[in-house]
Amino acid sequence: MHQGFSRVVLALAVASTVAVLAMVAMPVAGQGQAPAYRAPRTPDGKPNLNGIWQANNEANYDLQAHMARPAMALRAGPYGPLPAAPVLALGAIGAVPPGPGVVEGGDIPYLPAALAQKKKNQDNWLTSDPEIKCYLPGVPRATYMPYPFQLFQSDKALFIAYEYAGAVRNIYLKDPGPAPVDSWMGQSVAHWEGESLVVDARGFNDQSWFDRAGNFHSDALHVVERYTRVQPDVLNYEATIEDPQVFSRSWKISMPLYRRLDKGAQLMDFKCVEFVEELMYGQYRKKPLSQ
Amino acid sequence: MWAGAVACSIVAASLARGPVAGQAPARASKAPTTATAYTMPRTPDGHPDLQGTYDIATITPIERPPQYGGRLILTEQEAAALERGESARVARGAQPSRGDREAPRAGGNVGGYNNFWIDRGDRVITVDRQRRSSLIVDPVDGRIPALTAAAQKRNADRRDPSPDSNEAQAGESRGAFDNPEQRPLGERCLLGFSSTSGPPTLPNYFYNNYKQIVQTPGYVMILNEMVHDARIIRIGGQHLPRDIRKWNGDSVGRWEGDTLVVDTANFTDKTRFRGSGAQLHVIERFARVDADTLLYRFTIDDPTTFTKPWTGEYPWPATDQPIYEYACHEGNYALGDILRGERLLEKEAEEAAKTGKTGAKR
Repeated sequence: MHQGFSRVVLALAVASTVAVLAMVAMPVAGQGQAPAYRAPRTPDGKPNLNGIWQANNEANYDLQAHMARPAMALRAGPYGPLPAAPVLALGAIGAVPPGPGVVEGGDIPYLPAALAQKKKNQDNWLTSDPEIKCYLPGVPRATYMPYPFQLFQSDKALFIAYEYAGAVRNIYLKDPGPAPVDSWMGQSVAHWEGESLVVDARGFNDQSWFDRAGNFHSDALHVVERYTRVQPDVLNYEATIEDPQVFSRSWKISMPLYRRLDKGAQLMDFKCVEFVEELMYGQYRKKPLSQ
Repeated sequence: MWAGAVACSIVAASLARGPVAGQAPARASKAPTTATAYTMPRTPDGHPDLQGTYDIATITPIERPPQYGGRLILTEQEAAALERGESARVARGAQPSRGDREAPRAGGNVGGYNNFWIDRGDRVITVDRQRRSSLIVDPVDGRIPALTAAAQKRNADRRDPSPDSNEAQAGESRGAFDNPEQRPLGERCLLGFSSTSGPPTLPNYFYNNYKQIVQTPGYVMILNEMVHDARIIRIGGQHLPRDIRKWNGDSVGRWEGDTLVVDTANFTDKTRFRGSGAQLHVIERFARVDADTLLYRFTIDDPTTFTKPWTGEYPWPATDQPIYEYACHEGNYALGDILRGERLLEKEAEEAAKTGKTGAKR
């Protein structure tokens, strides 16, 4: 019995050592994964990332691991939190689906004051999340919103069109120098590292959020994204986030992005500006609608 | 210069061969003698490479001003005079403000942007080496054809300003400030004004006239700077089902020789380009003229609105300037304030009526 147990432990130890060695020895493309997959190439020899892609996870609700919640906006109930009055009518549709989280290591290393701000954001989600007003999503949030995006890659240009709010990013292939002005979607410059497209994005304003849970950044945000094809219809996406005004160190999210294989898949119109006019300006109608 | 001229003729010839609804008149149709000097840049799949960033601003109007009669082609002197006039206007606008000037009259129009913000172009267009008096080449009078009786009735029943009108035009009709939906699309940050995004994509004679084209196998993407509208044109295939409609219509492209032909239908009833409706049908033709220029040609084919099709064309000159983000809705305090201001005026007028005093006037 005793001997048997030792043998199992030894076998496990050997097996895991072998596995670790195997992982170390593998040719690493995107940091953190080890795809042996070699992507189809564009005519100029780069991995071909063209296509319509979409995340399939709960990151836009909350980047971090979370259990299901009754709603994004909560109020205290006699036995625990309940949906706040303005979202009550949505019932189960307004609930927050649970997710295992996309933050490597689990923690977002907020500075103390910033952590307080994050909590405040979450408590005031209904009036504070820029997504509610159809504002541009920023980076990396644009990537994992529940809408597809289309990546256009030619030998001369890289461009991403997002369905949500019709957001766009032109990704420079040559560094034009520091962004002359801050913007919602930032200024992006790309280069290739083996199988990975590495996009360095800066020049952001401090207005966008990372998710519906109030995770946020300042205008010192610097995001380094890595897009790596790991299967014919899967991209691995990583974003390393650095913002010394908000976080004590850089941190990383990662997730797969999937090709939209649906028949007739395409970016359709989601000009949500129109859909939030009643919310934002309805009170100024000559005859406001009844509540 | 010479090389460009040869290429012009080649493109003109290839455009002329295409089945164009509304054939352009007055076109230099010299057969190319040699084509050795200019090599068309091509994408790996062999089509002309249309990629780049373009500044399409021009002072040539869409419709021909009456003083030119039926004349499409300006003399070099006429074109130069127009360009000098624009340069002088810009120079005047760039003068420092006088510190001792009077405040604007209370209740009067305080104006909008000063010259610093405006980038409306300073060139008269040149097509086939011709300086042009209008974008429209067909009909030959350079004017948009009359609306059909049905379209006139349809539009008369609509009391709201046209969705693609500019701010100055959009305050004139009664009740124009009752609801956000009555404000023009530009003011609501839904689309650029004056058909900037189109199709047809037109110069807006004001600002933000940049375009970026990215070409990949199966797609041509045209970014309109204003309101960051990316038009994604599928190459080949069918239009979407008729019940799927898009703000910029549904665009399907095909190559006719070296010309990209884009057919767009499935518009919404919200843009109403020049009095049209959801039945708007636009055919665009993109051709590379030389290393720095595309020729853009559009035909409006909508028998439910216009008594005949009409066609215009103008060059898209390349620029090495980058396009910056046009975030519009995110800072659109004006739309709420415009509506709120109107409610305030109404309230003041109401109170003045009660007390017998003269109310505030807009």
